[in-house]
Amino acid sequence: MREIFDSTVERLFVDLVSTEKVLAAETSGWNAELWAAMEASGFGLAAVPEEQGGAGATWADLGGVVRLCGRFGLPLPLPETLLANWLLGVCGQEAQAGPLSFAAGGHLTLADGKVSGVAADVPWGRDVPVLVAITAGEAPTLVLLPVEAAAARTACSNTAAEPRDSFRFETVQPLLSVPLPAGIPADVLLLGGAMLRSAQIAGALQGMLEMTITYANERVQFGKPIGSFQAIQHQIAVLSEHTAASAMGAEAAFAQSAVSLSRLAVASAKVCASEAAGIGASAAHAVHGAIGFTHEHALHLTTRRLWSWRSEFGTLTHWSGELGRALCQGGAALFWPTLVAGNLETQAGASA
Amino acid sequence: MSIDQFKYSRIPPEAEALRGEVREFLADALKDYPAIRRADSWMGFDAEFSRRLGARGWVGMALPKRYGGSDASPFARYVVIEELLAAGAPVSAHWFSDRQSGPQILHFGTDAQRDRHLPAICRGEQYFCIGMSEPNSGSDLASIKTRARREGDKWVVNGQKVWTTNAHRSHYMIALVRTGENSKRQEGLSQFIIDLSLPGITIRPIKDLTGSEHFNEVFLDEVVLDADALIGTEGQGWSQVTAELAFERSGPERFLSSIALIHTLMDAVGRSPDALQAKEVGRLAARLVTLRNMSLSVTAQLAAGENPTWAASCVKDLGAVFEQEIPELAQLLVEIPPTAEGGGDHARVLAYLTQMAPSFSLRGGTREILRGIIARGLGLR
Repeated sequence: MREIFDSTVERLFVDLVSTEKVLAAETSGWNAELWAAMEASGFGLAAVPEEQGGAGATWADLGGVVRLCGRFGLPLPLPETLLANWLLGVCGQEAQAGPLSFAAGGHLTLADGKVSGVAADVPWGRDVPVLVAITAGEAPTLVLLPVEAAAARTACSNTAAEPRDSFRFETVQPLLSVPLPAGIPADVLLLGGAMLRSAQIAGALQGMLEMTITYANERVQFGKPIGSFQAIQHQIAVLSEHTAASAMGAEAAFAQSAVSLSRLAVASAKVCASEAAGIGASAAHAVHGAIGFTHEHALHLTTRRLWSWRSEFGTLTHWSGELGRALCQGGAALFWPTLVAGNLETQAGASA
Repeated sequence: MSIDQFKYSRIPPEAEALRGEVREFLADALKDYPAIRRADSWMGFDAEFSRRLGARGWVGMALPKRYGGSDASPFARYVVIEELLAAGAPVSAHWFSDRQSGPQILHFGTDAQRDRHLPAICRGEQYFCIGMSEPNSGSDLASIKTRARREGDKWVVNGQKVWTTNAHRSHYMIALVRTGENSKRQEGLSQFIIDLSLPGITIRPIKDLTGSEHFNEVFLDEVVLDADALIGTEGQGWSQVTAELAFERSGPERFLSSIALIHTLMDAVGRSPDALQAKEVGRLAARLVTLRNMSLSVTAQLAAGENPTWAASCVKDLGAVFEQEIPELAQLLVEIPPTAEGGGDHARVLAYLTQMAPSFSLRGGTREILRGIIARGLGLR
């Protein structure tokens, strides 16, 4: 399944997601035509069980699709739709048509069947009809909220002009509400968001690496391609190592996540990807010189995304702090066995 | 090369099944083993321990059964060596035989050479060192000058090797030497199995900056070798050596050298870390998890008969940066200065690994050489 998904999506993106379209989306906003093409491809429902109308794909099957979203800078919430529909499926609910997003930040409460509070930093929030969120409290509950019911909204966008909007709800009737099943942590949307961004970062770095190699082999200074200078070669080597590490982290996170997401693998992936994003963007800009700092050159389409994605759904500090607290609590003797076993239960997951 | 080479590879269940047994053995064998010796990792020499491992079938385990091995998969060997390294077991005596010399003799050796060496390697009784660098040939390995000339049915070797780890306590050295002059320097090199007890060989340990003796200079003065000391094909030494590089550069020893210090650091930090301590311990864990997955991915490629030299170079370079950063972080996170004498476990291990760390990006290919290999693999010339 993985190979078919990867090649199908890559062909689709090569045809439809040009750098011009990515750039245009930054100024003119939602590209309905492009979303219609994505919807027709069926990938928004890929992670939904077959009996609920999806493709029944596992996260292991979908790691490449999300990496490609990052690589092409797809200006649409396809990864978010995948995750939101997956969680609806895990909670036994029907998948939703159309673009979906979710809120991993803010604070929502559920009282007498009505939702109040803030859904913060919702990717593409202004462009989706509904969003998925989890209410706080003793019994974390998955709710589906109509965006138009928000009492107030704050438009915000990241460094790549991707919408990251916040909404305030006042005693809104959710379209559905269902308690999170046992074994699904209250911060599952944060965890899932981190998993998505780690793969998008890996994809973006991979595209940026290829762009940087091409540039270094073409740009001539001192009578030879700058890629023949050791100082340049070593910077690109380091970029490639971190690209490989982020790709490996994302692959492991997707491969080890099924009905429950692997906290250890996802946290590790996001830590490595967030670190790689900064190191990689810095190296790519150094190699590209002044032309890479212009709006005309496509490099910024990648680097401006990396600079935001690394901070979204938990920074390096958030996830490494969580890992570190859990590991220190276990003590030195359990450090290695825990990493090998790949299981990590944390306070945040149990009670957030 | 391709980033997509790094596919996620799980350790197969039959290999994973060994882990409990190895841990049980180590819990007993190392129960009184002090932290400072665990910090020695794969530089710790203990022939008795190597023999005990051999008796368990954990040395040369990937070699065929008919030579005393277990025909074990690369993943089974991986499980055993990563557990040994994580526990800080003294594996140095048999390390190079297990990792390089045994496989080389199996791949390139004659039946007589295999019979002579492999069973003793598998028993954990026969130790090898690797003779590569020379006084004027470090990173530029193809410039080596040690030479073997034919005399009748013998070979006579003259020259000098340096930085040869364990030469002073090994039985044999597999040396790369020049046997012919060619316009291309890499041609005309051959490998020999040299019995280190032969006349004409002088081995002088070189103290490292901690005062320990791991590496040596080895002088070869009219050393007479039998014809069957040549391993593989005359003139093919370079390609024989480079064929093994992916094995040498991608294993868990390339990122676990400082794990003893993570353990003492966590003991010093305690169960309730502050924000900075938690962040840095977690960051180390995340990188370790990822390096291990990269290393396992290379192992899967090796098991499939591929030659992932590029990917292995990535593992070694990232791994060395990781191993070297551990002492840097450890001294920042707790107020315990390093001590060469006295002091607690953390202070001692910190002192030791801080001083060892520079070697991590020198041994087995320097950082600069690796980054050059990686860049060439990316298509930069």
